[in-house]
Amino acid sequence: MRKPWRWMNRKKQAFLSGPYLVWAVGFIVLPLLMVLYYGLTNADGGFTLENILAIGDSIHLQALWQSILIALGSTVISLVVAYPLAYILSKKQGERSGVIILMFILPMWINFLLRVMALQMILSNTGILNAILSFFGLPAQHLLYTRTAILIGMTYDYLPFMILPIYNAMCKIDRNLIDAAADLGAGNLLIFRKVVLPLSMPGVISGILMVFIPSISEFAIADILGGSKILLIGNVIEQEFTTTNDWNLGSGLSVVLMIFIFVSMAILNKNDAEGEGQMLW
Amino acid sequence: MKMTRIGLPAALLLTVLLTGCGGGISTSSENTLVVFNYGDYIDMETIEMFEEETGIQVEYEQYVTPEDMYTKYKSGGIAYDLICTSDYMIEKLIREGEALTIDTDSMEYYDNLDETYLEFCRSFDSDNAYAVPYFWGTVGICYNTEMVEEEVTSWEILWDETYANQIIMENSMRDAFLVPLKFLGYSLNTVADLELREAQTLLMEQKELVMAYLVDESRDAMIAGDAALAVIYSGDATAAMESNEALDYVVPEEGSNIWFDCWMIPASCTHKENAQKFIDFMNREDIAAMNFEYVYYGTPNAAVYESLDEETKADYTIFPDEEILEKCEVYQYLGEEAESLYNQLWKELKAY
Repeated sequence: MRKPWRWMNRKKQAFLSGPYLVWAVGFIVLPLLMVLYYGLTNADGGFTLENILAIGDSIHLQALWQSILIALGSTVISLVVAYPLAYILSKKQGERSGVIILMFILPMWINFLLRVMALQMILSNTGILNAILSFFGLPAQHLLYTRTAILIGMTYDYLPFMILPIYNAMCKIDRNLIDAAADLGAGNLLIFRKVVLPLSMPGVISGILMVFIPSISEFAIADILGGSKILLIGNVIEQEFTTTNDWNLGSGLSVVLMIFIFVSMAILNKNDAEGEGQMLW
Repeated sequence: MKMTRIGLPAALLLTVLLTGCGGGISTSSENTLVVFNYGDYIDMETIEMFEEETGIQVEYEQYVTPEDMYTKYKSGGIAYDLICTSDYMIEKLIREGEALTIDTDSMEYYDNLDETYLEFCRSFDSDNAYAVPYFWGTVGICYNTEMVEEEVTSWEILWDETYANQIIMENSMRDAFLVPLKFLGYSLNTVADLELREAQTLLMEQKELVMAYLVDESRDAMIAGDAALAVIYSGDATAAMESNEALDYVVPEEGSNIWFDCWMIPASCTHKENAQKFIDFMNREDIAAMNFEYVYYGTPNAAVYESLDEETKADYTIFPDEEILEKCEVYQYLGEEAESLYNQLWKELKAY
């Protein structure tokens, strides 16, 4: 009796995972294979490494460098804003912290492009921010279509992805550990350094990944808030696909970007695995 | 002519809706006509008049960009009888053998069209065999008279450091390159390496003065007073000037791009007679005048132009001086080699 039952169960399992399998194959595996195929072939379909090596082109290198700088910038700013906030919130668990967390998640319910366009209206020369500044007699700021605007846009968009993992990691910290440290005479600073900080590192690392990865391949924010003046690697790839119609080069550069992201993830994860984040400190 | 911010979602919705009911449009020998045109680009009353006078049932559909039109046309879901689209797209369709010749000799009102504009159209339709012009316009400088006190006459002002960070350039290759090319006195259809490189050098010099490279947002930015000068399509300029009285538009004296939206009969046409009747009807003076009133772009219809009052004729936004117009050129397809050079130069400019 047991065997057929088990068999049924397994069949049921396969059946239930069906939708996800269709999804994964159709929207993850196949597109990835297509990108790989296009990236490794030329317009005639012959094998070539040219599209991958094209990253060495000075324009592409510079675009990648710009992307790295801006992605690093928005990751650092997000971390600086998110970490203390998550720390405070985790210490005051209760209804009020739930409301504050909700306030950070709420904007994510609004379409990403709409939020960026709203920022455009806030930051423009005759926009809301400058209207407020001039009301208080402060000088107007030229923000829209600058690197700062791109940075503001990316930080604004990806901040929740930094807050949530750190907050979750901190909530999981056993209060007894902190109490024990206090009992043994550790001051607040020492408790933070020796207990809270190391135990929150997994959250910090997933936060960094979740902000850094989308920002490095970002192109829409750079177009809308940067006025298309700064060329990021995402812009290059997008242009190869749309205006230039060179899917091979676009795919080749995407593959390079993916490899780059994989390597950065591997480095971060390795550090994390070796000492649950202590390596970094 | 151009895609607006609201246009994109609307177009997507439209596409869904139209595809949904596409099957309902019959392509049989019934007395019908399927017309495909830019959104909001005709006085709908003229269509009703056409139906009443001829008894032909018109199925009227709209699109946002020529590329949308091309994709929908190529998918073959609907057999369009008549399409209105822009010069370069018509050239592309002619090259692909997707255009049918139009028998203009049999048309009653074809003579209403001004020879000047038919001549321009020959640069993409060499014998005026495939396209009948509907409206035309230019690319020029839209400027805010409160921020720019001098009179704008030349492209040169776009290199004036007084306006650093107040200049908006077009974020499309050819519309951006036409500025230095025309300023240098070259053809905007040049494929000469040296001329294009010279133009690129000028654009690179200009980049630090440029506030942003925009396409559709430039109109809103000009209305809001965010920038002093913008390279813009005449249609967008007219719309902007309606919302902000301080704005003015000029086609610089060195000349510019002149664009045409024309009627063409695609290979999918199953009612060619009706399509020709419709084109002819559009050229009739009273109908062309109604559409001119509605769209307010440059009309190639001499009969309509003659009937306009002096004030409208003198509106240099839609009717630039003849001298300047003579220096304007229609975009031509440049060929693959020149296109990839353009792409490279454009990328270098953006990375600069």
